[in-house]
Amino acid sequence: MADDIWQPKLDQYLDSELSAEEMRGMDAHLRECASCSGDALRRMQLKRATRLAGQRYTPSAEFRRRIERKVAAKSPARRWLWIPALAMAAVVLLVATITVGRWYERSRSEQLLAELADLHVADLASPTPVDVVSSDRHTVKPWFQGKLPFTFDLPELPGTGYTLVGGRVAYLEHEPGAHLLYDVGAHHISVFIFRDRPEIERVFPARDSTRRVLSFHVESWGTGGLRYFVFGDASPEAIQGLSRLLKQAGT
Amino acid sequence: MSAHASSAGFEELAMPLFDSLYNFAHWLTQNRDEAEDLVQETYAKALKGFGSFQPGTNFRAWIFRILRNTFLTSRTGLAATRTVPLESEDEPEQTVAVSHETPESILLEQAGQQQVQAALEQVPVIYREVLLLCDVEEMSYQEIADTLAVPIGTVMSRLYRARKALRAALEEQDKMRETKHG
Repeated sequence: MADDIWQPKLDQYLDSELSAEEMRGMDAHLRECASCSGDALRRMQLKRATRLAGQRYTPSAEFRRRIERKVAAKSPARRWLWIPALAMAAVVLLVATITVGRWYERSRSEQLLAELADLHVADLASPTPVDVVSSDRHTVKPWFQGKLPFTFDLPELPGTGYTLVGGRVAYLEHEPGAHLLYDVGAHHISVFIFRDRPEIERVFPARDSTRRVLSFHVESWGTGGLRYFVFGDASPEAIQGLSRLLKQAGT
Repeated sequence: MSAHASSAGFEELAMPLFDSLYNFAHWLTQNRDEAEDLVQETYAKALKGFGSFQPGTNFRAWIFRILRNTFLTSRTGLAATRTVPLESEDEPEQTVAVSHETPESILLEQAGQQQVQAALEQVPVIYREVLLLCDVEEMSYQEIADTLAVPIGTVMSRLYRARKALRAALEEQDKMRETKHG
């Protein structure tokens, strides 16, 4: 009966189009209903695949310059006061370049973090969140051998308050990586490890500290050619604590 | 709004949308030259009509609407919309659960980005555009309704049909792959 009420609203829920009250109601229903949470997961995967596939076409630099010139040339002030306008155009171009560059970097980092949020939530909603179930790092780490084009080290956890739940292979922009699940108190924390790439390094500079994204906290760093993301709804201190342990294990 | 302020404001608002407008135009036209012509014409029309734009209202929906209307009156746009199946858009859709028998999650995991892109190309343009605005541009239903100049109910109905069409195209591709390899 409850399915009849909530199931037709799944797309609106995933498109963030329900009221705050309905969003809470749907959250509660999905925690209890395996059928609807499975359905939601499949719809979310389709939505994510559409988003990635849809970002397909990039304009050429020549075409961009042509449009920028046309837009700038239409300015009446510039037509009449061309000398100061030339300087102004240079400033505008510089500002536009910086703005577009920053906008692109922000948009890229938001896109990557949204994808990680999807992976984290989808994992928790799954009846089998991990493919290798073990709290022993000596079991979990070897499980990834042959499945990933890299290897990594995991920290000793006894006495730290963190528990390793297990892991699975995850894909970020079609690149395979390790998705490890940890528990701390009542919270689940996802640790994602992928091969680092310059375009990811650019949008997550080394100086970055813990960020807040969609109510999650995330810390990211790159080391030894690998990119780490520690992601979850635990406190920033808990995220930072696990990050410290991973950094120590990786050095 | 003075002409100078108008033009300066236009650049600030319009240029950050350049990549998105181009991507949308290319998806609509399926051709690089036509996409460039469409974006160029959109910027020309938007700049010309910027005086009538109400500050504080949604610029993104406004300029996407110009692009989309320009497309619809182009030869490619007219041809593309002539092939759209006629279904009542005012009737509420009976949402059906995404079948457990159709392992869509497995299908999507197996399908590379190119397969999803190919499936998206198969979706009729009237549905493809609503998917792009919702899932790629992450517009709200209200923004999409403003862009397409249709009621929100129609946006929801088209989105439902668009996702259904995309799933069908993915399944069709999967069957074809199986036939080819089997």
